[in-house]
Amino acid sequence: MSENVHMTFMDEVAALPACDKINECIQCGVCSGSCSTAERWEYPPRKVIAMVRAGMKDELLKSNSIWFCVSCYLCTARCPRDIKPANIVHGLESMALKEGYKPPTTTTTMYRSFAGSITEYGRVYEFGFMLKYFLKTNPFAALKMLPLAISLFTHGRMPLTAKPVKGREQLTKIISKMSEGGVR
Amino acid sequence: MKYYAYYPGCSMEATGAPVETAIHAIAKPLDLEFIELEDWTCCGSSPYSGVDKFKAIGITARTLAQAEKTGLDLVTPCSSCFTILHETNDLLKENHKLADRVRGALSEVGLTYNGTVRVRHVVEVLFNDLGPKTIAATVVRPLTGLKVACYHGCQQVRPSYGFDDSEYPDWLDKMAVALGAEPVNFPLKARCCGSSLVISEPDTAIELIYRLLQNAADNGAQAMITTTCPLCHLALDGYQASVNRKYKTKFHIPALAISQAIAFALGLDFKTSGLNGNITSPQKLLEPFMATQSRSTEVKIPAA
Repeated sequence: MSENVHMTFMDEVAALPACDKINECIQCGVCSGSCSTAERWEYPPRKVIAMVRAGMKDELLKSNSIWFCVSCYLCTARCPRDIKPANIVHGLESMALKEGYKPPTTTTTMYRSFAGSITEYGRVYEFGFMLKYFLKTNPFAALKMLPLAISLFTHGRMPLTAKPVKGREQLTKIISKMSEGGVR
Repeated sequence: MKYYAYYPGCSMEATGAPVETAIHAIAKPLDLEFIELEDWTCCGSSPYSGVDKFKAIGITARTLAQAEKTGLDLVTPCSSCFTILHETNDLLKENHKLADRVRGALSEVGLTYNGTVRVRHVVEVLFNDLGPKTIAATVVRPLTGLKVACYHGCQQVRPSYGFDDSEYPDWLDKMAVALGAEPVNFPLKARCCGSSLVISEPDTAIELIYRLLQNAADNGAQAMITTTCPLCHLALDGYQASVNRKYKTKFHIPALAISQAIAFALGLDFKTSGLNGNITSPQKLLEPFMATQSRSTEVKIPAA
């Protein structure tokens, strides 16, 4: 699925912003040992890095790994080689989505609903993006959220209408210009 | 009066409203002015960088460019916005190819960014620009003897953008002491609340929240004092009922954002402190401290 056949998987990843130090990984495993959710990853963070270096792109990007990253940055704060594993993971996520991989997770849909809200309104409209996510994945799961949603609403914390901001016009232009440079 | 360019972030308009209310309530009495960036847009947070790293950097750069025009430090209460803005700011200084691409995109909308903005967190501003001593001097309703677990969360202290410690920070603890409270040992004070996955992977997130509440309870906390991050605050305040349902626990540990705790200690009433917006109600817990009369927002600050 790679758009550039001359580049190895690792070259592609290293070319992403804040991912350039991936080759300095010493496979010490501090990232996996620190990860808040490692037990849920098919391949925990240390293996993710190893797989990138071994060129195992399809195997990695088809798995549920990377999608359990909660951006707690423990790996990144502790990495003795400063390779920024959390940034590499988010870079891999964006690569997987752009190249059409379908990992077994609904977090991809949540991310897209979130991003859709930004382009539509300029800001994230929490109620709307959550509703969209649940409608696209499992509307029944929304029922579980209902007590909290009602509680948030009655406490004045869940406006039911979006407030689009003028700045979204600028965002649209910025986004379209940023996508002109390709994926790297 | 100290002036800041203020970037609330999207959550502050919804789930973070109580935290935000308190930030504005304490600003004036503490001699701070948070001037909201006009027509600000989303920072992108982690989800957008997971969808498209480059577009995400572009939209964050808009905020940096807007802030630069003000000549003020850019302050945000949200830890996710803080990390994204900080990270992008650093990247644009280090990665010239990327900076050129961003320059091109910003020029399309008549903006420029020269990399001069200092990105800061509300908690860091409260700690460094005011400090516990100044805060203590404004307290009229001390939280004497209240045992609190101080929750700093992840992205306030990590990767590491100017806070004291990325693993076991204590700035919130020091401010809690200034308010008269007694911080308890809280080993998980900078561990994750799982917010970013609370919608799509609720089991994962609720387990992380459960661990935090259990750890606070095990150490005798009656309440939590949290960072101003609306995501952390929502996880601890809003999801307690979900944790209780799943783990058959009976937690009722009110989570006061530091802005709310300061507002209350300054003598502001419940509504002004945003405390009536909390789902795990702190009313009963705070009643014994209410004997000290509420007062208006005029507080005189002695010289530091």
